[in-house]
Amino acid sequence: MSGSPIFLDDLEIDALTELVNIGVSRAAASLRLMVQRQVFLSVPSVEVMSRSDAATLMAEREIGPLVAVRQEFTGAFSGRALLIFPEANSLALVRAVTGEELTDDAVAEIEDEALAETGNVVLNNCLATMANLLKRPLDMSLPGVLRDPGPSLFELEQAGDDGVVLFLYINFAISERDIRGYIAILMDLPSLDALKALVSEFISRVLGQDAATGG
Amino acid sequence: MATVLIVDDSKLARIVVGKAVAALQPDWTRMEAGNADEASAILDAQPVDVLILDFNMPGRNGLELAEELRARYPAMPIALATANVQDEVIARARAAGATFVPKPITEDGLRGFLSGAALKLRAGRA
Repeated sequence: MSGSPIFLDDLEIDALTELVNIGVSRAAASLRLMVQRQVFLSVPSVEVMSRSDAATLMAEREIGPLVAVRQEFTGAFSGRALLIFPEANSLALVRAVTGEELTDDAVAEIEDEALAETGNVVLNNCLATMANLLKRPLDMSLPGVLRDPGPSLFELEQAGDDGVVLFLYINFAISERDIRGYIAILMDLPSLDALKALVSEFISRVLGQDAATGG
Repeated sequence: MATVLIVDDSKLARIVVGKAVAALQPDWTRMEAGNADEASAILDAQPVDVLILDFNMPGRNGLELAEELRARYPAMPIALATANVQDEVIARARAAGATFVPKPITEDGLRGFLSGAALKLRAGRA
């Protein structure tokens, strides 16, 4: 660790968790429309940890290979949003969003496209909700589908030397289908500073104390 | 006069809900709990008239708490606050007799529930 990094205080972690909660709740409602089944969410976890710890955390929970839909976001803060699930669930998820009438071949043919679009809807909903609440626009890249990506999933181009990231994740599961996975968001250290300032502004705004500082 | 219990694992969310309640029903007493167990302990210890529950909390979620409390307090106004507008969540809230309130909480979002609750309490005491 370089110096004594001041990350987020308790109220900032609280506010960020609440922002993520609202974001993923809306994302779950969108996913529910796509799969026609209820989507269950865990309580979000928000932690500052090393990239390797984030990778280990994910790897330890899974035995088989993973598939991830990845979207980079840039703006006042930047990072990577991921929809991650076991590769074994991939076709079931595609079938859930495309309906029952397609043949297995047809499902396999549109698999990546359907996963990318599902990730796009879920991740955009979550990030856009957070951006709106923080009152800063974010640009989202096109979604990319990665198969069995390994630890590189958690490597950010601009990550600080100590490799510390803000790691947010939430488990999801789809009712009556054997589909589950994670929504994860990673941000590097410079973004964390910017995010801290925005979260602090958000807290002032919702507590009604920003009249003096202006917008 | 009424006592409202605000149950949310987020301290910030409790403050925001508390402020909205204070603006809309300034005479009401506001109490807070950080999870369902704390809420149950408060309800065992003293009278509460109105409940505002967060949905997604560690431990029992707001819907489970609402369903459990509905059996004990058939007439109590209960609100479920969430951004999770899935049909099943709304339907279960409705079945438990809880009013859906969108998150993030605003005065406008709470106004309907609180004025309805105030009317119900007045009618119950009349």
